[in-house]
Amino acid sequence: MGAIERYGLRLERKRYLVRAWRKARELELVVDRTFTIREDDVICALVLRDEKLRLPFLLEYYRKLGVGHFLIVDNGSTDGGREFLADQPDCSVWLTETSYKRARFGMDWINGLLGRYGHGHWCLTIDADEFLVYPFCDTRPLPALTYWLENASVRALGTMVLDMYPRGPVGETRYSAGENPFATASWFDSGNYTISRNWKYGNLWIQGGPRARTFFADAPAEAPALNKIPLVKWHKRYAYVSSTHMLLPRGLNLVFDESGGEKASGVLMHAKFLGQFRSKAEEEILRREHYAGSREYEAYARGIGESPDLWTRFSERYRDWRQLEILGLMSKGNWA
Amino acid sequence: MSTLGFAILCHTALGRVAQLARHLAERDCPVVIHVDAKVPDREVAALKATLAENWNVRFSPRFRCDWGTWSLVAATNAATTLLLREFANVRHVYLASGSCLPLKPVEELRAFLDAHPRRDFIESVTTEEVDWTVGGLAEERFHLRFPFSWKSQRGLFDRSVEIQRRLGLRRRLPEGIEPHLGSQWWCLTRQTLSAIQQDPRRAEFDRYFRHVWIPDESYYQTLARRYATDVESRSLTLSKFDHQGKPHVFYDDHLALLQRSDCWFARKFWPRADRLYDTFLAASPGPPRPAQPSRIDQVFDRARERRVRGRAGLYMSGRFPSPQIEAGRTAAPYTVCHGFDAVFPGFTDWLSRQTGLPVHGHLFAPDAVEFADGATVVEGNLTDSAVLRDYNPERFLTNLVWATRGRHLVFQHGPSDRQSAVPFMAYDPHAAAWIVTGAWAVPLFHSNRDFADIRREAAILQRIESQMLDQVRAPFARATTQIWTLAEFLAHPMEHLQRVVDQIAGPAAPRVAEVPRMPDLTGLQKFVQNLKNQGMNPFLVGELPEEGDGRADTPARTRPYLVQ
Repeated sequence: MGAIERYGLRLERKRYLVRAWRKARELELVVDRTFTIREDDVICALVLRDEKLRLPFLLEYYRKLGVGHFLIVDNGSTDGGREFLADQPDCSVWLTETSYKRARFGMDWINGLLGRYGHGHWCLTIDADEFLVYPFCDTRPLPALTYWLENASVRALGTMVLDMYPRGPVGETRYSAGENPFATASWFDSGNYTISRNWKYGNLWIQGGPRARTFFADAPAEAPALNKIPLVKWHKRYAYVSSTHMLLPRGLNLVFDESGGEKASGVLMHAKFLGQFRSKAEEEILRREHYAGSREYEAYARGIGESPDLWTRFSERYRDWRQLEILGLMSKGNWA
Repeated sequence: MSTLGFAILCHTALGRVAQLARHLAERDCPVVIHVDAKVPDREVAALKATLAENWNVRFSPRFRCDWGTWSLVAATNAATTLLLREFANVRHVYLASGSCLPLKPVEELRAFLDAHPRRDFIESVTTEEVDWTVGGLAEERFHLRFPFSWKSQRGLFDRSVEIQRRLGLRRRLPEGIEPHLGSQWWCLTRQTLSAIQQDPRRAEFDRYFRHVWIPDESYYQTLARRYATDVESRSLTLSKFDHQGKPHVFYDDHLALLQRSDCWFARKFWPRADRLYDTFLAASPGPPRPAQPSRIDQVFDRARERRVRGRAGLYMSGRFPSPQIEAGRTAAPYTVCHGFDAVFPGFTDWLSRQTGLPVHGHLFAPDAVEFADGATVVEGNLTDSAVLRDYNPERFLTNLVWATRGRHLVFQHGPSDRQSAVPFMAYDPHAAAWIVTGAWAVPLFHSNRDFADIRREAAILQRIESQMLDQVRAPFARATTQIWTLAEFLAHPMEHLQRVVDQIAGPAAPRVAEVPRMPDLTGLQKFVQNLKNQGMNPFLVGELPEEGDGRADTPARTRPYLVQ
């Protein structure tokens, strides 16, 4: 990469930082508890909309993993989720009714909040349906992981999104608040992921899984990206580029080894395919607030109508992180 | 009065330091603590207040410590000097860090040292014997100068080392010094330690070591050799390092492993590993367990192996070997049979019966992936969609080999297939390719189509096939290949088939009993000659033997073991 391209990326990053600063004015404070953030807290940031049903389990899951504080942008929920969050002792909440799409799919808001509150902290940026699993997560909380990462001079943890689905038609499952979504959506594809490298930002580009093989079998290039870098020791000069798929400066995207070794990595278990999935897909098509004209949701709505079952006899049932490690979906790297 | 004293170096997690110091002090071991000068004063004041009741805990003058620099030796010196001066009965000085924990009762350690009152426990090996040094600098630590920080000025550090090497610059060692290296954590006798500290030439040695790289791993290790009478070259502190020289961290789930260590102390511990702190600092730790130190080594050796070499053939979010790396492109050996099923129509099923393995058809067929037994989905949820496969053919192949590892992958190939994965396979040492060139002539011969079409198609197939041959014959190609022309193959088909079966099923492969069905090839030679006459030279077919005029004695016919 030449000096000109490098300078181009630098300008791009600055542009994101300016956008983040500008878009921060769209955020209206609901409740600010950021003064309770302690020096070594792991901070979790997310943008959500109408996810009240999922919130109890989500907060419980990440609290148990050792997240110290949640920074939440509510993009105009109407289901009472905002009020629920405002009552939580470890959540700071902002409200915005402006366009998710025009905030670069929420990333401007996230960059703004992380720059302001996340500087010097380990920050975990997720969606409301993503659940981080990493090596030893059953015995070692997130601060144990970040202590080791820091000790090994690693600034970011790479992950892959793992789409979880139920056995049988997706629409037939029911989910109620507080439940573990993976009690029903407990199946996944173990080995049909395609990986290539994005040379501009230096990150990996992973696609595949059940979504690619069912909804995008005729247009695999359009299948959603599954590579994410959700956990970063944040610096106020950093910026997420597109969702948490990649960041700038691009050195942060080098979360994989190029000479044959394995770097420690995790999995974001994705609880997308639950009972309410269909209505959600239909609503998102109408809103047209998602990536590439909600193309993804259109494909789902089509797919769910035609072939509602993602399960095959080669689907794997989730047991624990060790299983994912053995299957090669994540790695302990040199963390022992 | 205790004969064992501790010097503790710390810079963080002072609450844990206080716990450790109190634990030792209450067991009648004097403690001197060195706190990094970078730690804020109020934190140090709080630590001092917590330990105020322990009369045998002292604090030494504080130095600002940076990894790999002289400051660590200076801090150690200050702490141990104070310890020896203040506690006259101390015979052994144990150097520990704030993130250390005792694995066994301190009383046992003291009894052990009482049994060896004149012995120094310090890992101390000559530069030729070490294999663990960071950056490969062992001997050069003593001969070069290191004006730049390895951590924050790596570029300058490397360049300055490079320049000194090129210019052949070498520092002179003080007389009587033989460089030794070893773990920073040791246990020395008062006699040895004071001899080092009171040496009339100490100023000269200090001046020299001030510019040695990572002197905390060489200062005491070298000087102890000058005075000690009884050195046991090992550290009593268990400390594991990764491939970059960073210490591994112990967590609660390591408890069982640590209890089986043969070391007295270990570092470093995650400050929030409550279970470990509670267990090892308990008033009475549980009953002793039989030592099995090799299990700890195993765990961390495996971690190093995984980080440095990784699992062959795995492509995932933490491992993406660049295309130039040829080792470990795929997870396991696999076999490509090129052209066989054009000669023998039932070849796939036949090979499956001979080897007892599922044999795939044309995985790279243009319309759909031909999995064994017509499956539409296989292990890993790979589907038979040609579109998905063609989106990334190399990953399709590596995924399939990975998902079916433990079972030899065999598939058919031919010039009408997609050729996009051929370059990848050609450079893969795991690939074994058995190639019959010109085999496409057989189905064309039987096709009974318009001869102009046949000629055109033959030309296309031959061009594709010869491009493929160029790739597998390229100078750097690493696949194992055996190439026959159709004519060569038909001359001794059973011999060649036996070799294919042997390679797939291993040396224990049974003798091929059943023969694949062979189509009638009478007239093939004539057909080939006709192609030639019409200006298309099927050179990849080879020279088929002349047939008699219409008489049915093709070479295939004359061999009794070929059944029609």
